[in-house]
Amino acid sequence: MIQFVLLISRQGKVRLTKWYSPYTQKERSKVIRELSGVILNRGPKLCNFVEWRGQKVVYKRYASLYFCMCIDQDDNELEVLEIIHHFVEILDRYFGSVCELDLIFNFHKAYYVLDEILIAGELQESSKKTVARLIAAQDSLVETAKEQASSISNIIAQATNRRKQSNGSCPIVNGRWLTKLHFPRHSLTEL
Amino acid sequence: MEQLKTIGRELAMGSQGGFGQSKEFLDLVKSIGEARSKAEEDRIVLREIESLKRRIVEPGIPKRKMKEYIIRLVYVEMLGHDASFGYIHAVKMTHDDNLVLKRTGYLAVTLFLNEDHDLIILIVNTIQKDLKSDNYLIVCAALNAVCKLINEETIPAVLPQVVELLGHSKEAVRKKAIMALHRFYHKSSSSVSHLLSNFRKKLCDSDPGVMGATLCPLFDLITNDANSYKDLVVSFVSILKQVAEHRLPKAYDYHQLPAPFIQIRLLKILALLGSGDKQASEHMYTVVGDIFRKCDSSSNIGNAVLYECICCVSSIHPNPKLLEAAADVIARFLKSDSHNLKYMGIDALGRLIKLSPEIAEQHQLAVIDCLEVRLLPLSAHDTNHFVGNNAQCWCMTQDPDDTLKRKTFELLYKMTKSSNVEVIVDRMIDYMISINDNHYKTEIASRCVELAEQFAPSNHWFIQTMNKVFEHAGDLVNIKVAHNLMRLIAEGFGEDDDTADSQLRSSAVESYLHIIGEPKLPSVFLQVICWVLGEYGTADGKFSASYITGKLCDVAESYSSDETVKAYAVTALMKIYAFEIAAGRKLDILPENSVIWHMEDLYFGKSHFLLLQCQSLIEELSASHSTDLQQRAYELQAVIGLDVRAIGSIMPSDASCEDIEVDKSLSFLNDYVEKSLEKGAQPYIPENERFGMVNISNFRNQDQLEVTSHSLRFEAYELPKPSVQSRTPPISVASSTELVPVPEPSYYRETPQTASVPSSSDTGPSGLKLRLDGVQKKWGKPTYSSSSASTSNSSSLKVVNGVTQVDGVSSGNSKTHETSYDSRRPQVEISEEKQKLAASLFGGSSKTERRSSTGHKVAKASSHASEKLHTSKSTAIYSAGNAVEKPNLVQPPPDLLDLGEPIVASSAPSEDPFRQLEGLLDTTQDPGTFGGTKAPDFMALYAETPASSHGAGVAHPLSLNREVDNLIPGLSNVSSNTVHGGTTVTNPSQISKGPNVKEALEKDALVRQMGVTPSGQNPNLFKDLFG
Repeated sequence: MIQFVLLISRQGKVRLTKWYSPYTQKERSKVIRELSGVILNRGPKLCNFVEWRGQKVVYKRYASLYFCMCIDQDDNELEVLEIIHHFVEILDRYFGSVCELDLIFNFHKAYYVLDEILIAGELQESSKKTVARLIAAQDSLVETAKEQASSISNIIAQATNRRKQSNGSCPIVNGRWLTKLHFPRHSLTEL
Repeated sequence: MEQLKTIGRELAMGSQGGFGQSKEFLDLVKSIGEARSKAEEDRIVLREIESLKRRIVEPGIPKRKMKEYIIRLVYVEMLGHDASFGYIHAVKMTHDDNLVLKRTGYLAVTLFLNEDHDLIILIVNTIQKDLKSDNYLIVCAALNAVCKLINEETIPAVLPQVVELLGHSKEAVRKKAIMALHRFYHKSSSSVSHLLSNFRKKLCDSDPGVMGATLCPLFDLITNDANSYKDLVVSFVSILKQVAEHRLPKAYDYHQLPAPFIQIRLLKILALLGSGDKQASEHMYTVVGDIFRKCDSSSNIGNAVLYECICCVSSIHPNPKLLEAAADVIARFLKSDSHNLKYMGIDALGRLIKLSPEIAEQHQLAVIDCLEVRLLPLSAHDTNHFVGNNAQCWCMTQDPDDTLKRKTFELLYKMTKSSNVEVIVDRMIDYMISINDNHYKTEIASRCVELAEQFAPSNHWFIQTMNKVFEHAGDLVNIKVAHNLMRLIAEGFGEDDDTADSQLRSSAVESYLHIIGEPKLPSVFLQVICWVLGEYGTADGKFSASYITGKLCDVAESYSSDETVKAYAVTALMKIYAFEIAAGRKLDILPENSVIWHMEDLYFGKSHFLLLQCQSLIEELSASHSTDLQQRAYELQAVIGLDVRAIGSIMPSDASCEDIEVDKSLSFLNDYVEKSLEKGAQPYIPENERFGMVNISNFRNQDQLEVTSHSLRFEAYELPKPSVQSRTPPISVASSTELVPVPEPSYYRETPQTASVPSSSDTGPSGLKLRLDGVQKKWGKPTYSSSSASTSNSSSLKVVNGVTQVDGVSSGNSKTHETSYDSRRPQVEISEEKQKLAASLFGGSSKTERRSSTGHKVAKASSHASEKLHTSKSTAIYSAGNAVEKPNLVQPPPDLLDLGEPIVASSAPSEDPFRQLEGLLDTTQDPGTFGGTKAPDFMALYAETPASSHGAGVAHPLSLNREVDNLIPGLSNVSSNTVHGGTTVTNPSQISKGPNVKEALEKDALVRQMGVTPSGQNPNLFKDLFG
């Protein structure tokens, strides 16, 4: 079972946290502090697993962001590594070549995506298409709701969104995590 | 940086319209992003919290604004600050009708609240409503919240609805419902114990996602009780086979691999089911072999599946060809440059090593490579290696990959035997000393202790090793380890060889005396030292009592803040003096003590002497703040004053292993008791007889009752009816199950449910209005019996096909393995040092224990194996026992039934009750049918259909009883109650007679004789009887 999911930036800033087991706010801060200390300092060629307090933390770095998942002793680390990648691929598809800024400003959207992939600490859906379809359905409802509220802002949004995409070929230097083909598929085995 | 800012702003502008966030919030996010330090960030967040606190309570906030506030709260909380002031607003938002707001509300509460939070009770109502919504997106949102928020107490409130959602038309809903049930199972397994068959049913869901999700709960169920699910082996195998053959929709492919996540889950389940079960394992060989062959080892996910295959192979009944394939993969992992794969390889090797120790030899060079390069970072070879390869910081050289290192130690730990224990434990201790991580230090220390205890080649080495462990990790090791060590020293290694034991002791004493002078020893270690010195310090006569006592006093003084150590030291002093006195030696004969205190005037007129130092210590302690220390000090003084005979009996020499007999029946009080009885005191009544009528069946059904007794009720109260009613179904369930002659042993888990359904629905709508009602509706027989047939056909066919492939596959595998192995051999240049290490680690691996003569316990591996065997046997026995016990379990009629109710009588079936009784007896006579046939097909899944009808019949012996009761209306209450309160439960013939009134009366008389006054649960009982 996945105990928690943590997204931290290279500077140690928290981008997203999701706890599947009960942790108090104090424990959470402690966990984040401890883990970012361990993970951010690890060299690039080392393995992506850290044994920590009798559990294992699997992490993977995408551009400037570290995705970490804490799992039980008898879970399969390589699988979890792929669950992370699965999540990133879906984010990528959802945001359209995702970058850290997308997550910074739309962290709640990332939560919705995560909720469709993991539930109660287990992988609930391994089909990207199904997840995408479900999130799209939710968003379209949101959109219709919003359209009723203010259709003008929506038009503006679409316009600006398009602008983002045209500008967004390189949102941040090194900021692109992956595009569908740019991302090296076998990067892990080559590490 | 400048670019970043502009783009960020641009994006923010874009988002403003698109995602409905205000400029304000985006500014906040940005300012946090630009914060240079944690302190600055905290300041910004605190300011934000202040403003939110103020504004969130303003009246008449537009809903969209509120939604943004909630998201800002989430943000604040994510950054590690407390946003609890706003939780209630998030809860309120879940009540909103607008989906957007509702979704935000649910997101916020799932992130804010842990399952034990007080506010959850406020959400339950909303969740109940939303689960019934006809918009599946709302249902999904609610189910997400269910998975996070529902706790043990609130499960019954949503359980019926969640169960109902298993049949929802949207697969997303079904999937989440399954996961919710899985979560419930985690929280309280008894709450869903009647629903377990649903998981089996959902395994055949038309949607692969739902099927995949179902594997999660099934995995947990099988982990707890593999035997009940053996019948599913074939189904799992056929599913796995279909998955591996690309039968699932393309959408489930992941990096060209067919549904690897599902494959991994299935392999995990198969590993559990095949463990220690040859027959089940044989079904799996083909498919696992196929996966070995097909898996793409160049992708990470392919390796993940391969790794899972190895885990599976090492868990199920061993198959040489699969083992070979596994060894092949391991070789590839170990040779890989990726640390991830090396790590997995070492882990896999550790798993396989239990089965075939030779494999370690095959890969010894790879492992040694790991050891050489990564475990000995300070050797010249390594320094060169690292400096040459990457001139990174010093810590890299020092600490190349801690994770891998630890994994390798884990492997070493697993392959330790008496021939290599010295090398391995020495290395582990070296590593232990070098790390700071207390958690891992503790772990590795306890491993060292364990290995040392198990394989120690000599007493001397053992003591030395323990000393090192305690010296460096003393405060971290469990106190039990210390106690264990003391016991080991006291008892020896369990042989009858007294000289070896005393050697062990004297070498311990010697080394402790050597070590005791070192500064800052851990408290636990000092306790051991003090105890051993006290017990055996003077035993072999090598050291004088005064020398030892001097050392002990030193300890007590230099660790004066540690009361436990002082207490140990004082007790040790007492022992030494006692032994001295008992041996008839005078305490003043010791030449090296210059200062001797004459005690004659001070202590009881006896002429004994104490060292001055010791005297002052005792004086200090008898005035100590700790009453424990005072007590010990006074005891010491008193003991010194006793004569030889008295000391011999209170402080016998070397008697630490003798058991102290405790007279549990307190027989020495008998006289006193008799006297007071004569004086008219009330006799003591054991607790279980105290009410006379305590129901035995209550205990049996305890876990089922737990649900009802612990949980809150969330539905409105019904018409006044004895609350007792609600307990009826679980009980009738429990007793009826035991009787159902189910074709598969696995079934008695679920039949209770199916059995109870018809019977409870018989009672009519007014009879039992329970939480289960959602379940009843759901469970029409036809829905599942039809779907099963189609699947079963396809699956069994495929298995047959698959069998033919086996041979070709695995022989091919073995060939490649051989060649690759040969070609590898000569390439490796083996340094002499490495070879040495290899020899010391692996050298003895194929031989039997070299030192078995010293006989330090059984080899670990074998003990493991025997343990496993044992457990599997015992479970078998257990299940057999179950079968035999069944007739007895029927016995206790449901005590709490309200027998006066006419409805109950009507629940009797229209069939002839005596025929049912016959059926009942049949089953009891032939419990063997229970574990018998094992229909290995999908049909097995749904074989419950006939079983359930049978179960319904069986459930009626109870109602039979009730009918009898009704014949004697006045006494019905009494008789039924007394039957299980008093009469023996184990007499199966009882049931056919029904409750016996005469016996009941007798019982009652007996109870009265014993002085029980009727009270508590059933005061009416006696009124009915005699009134």
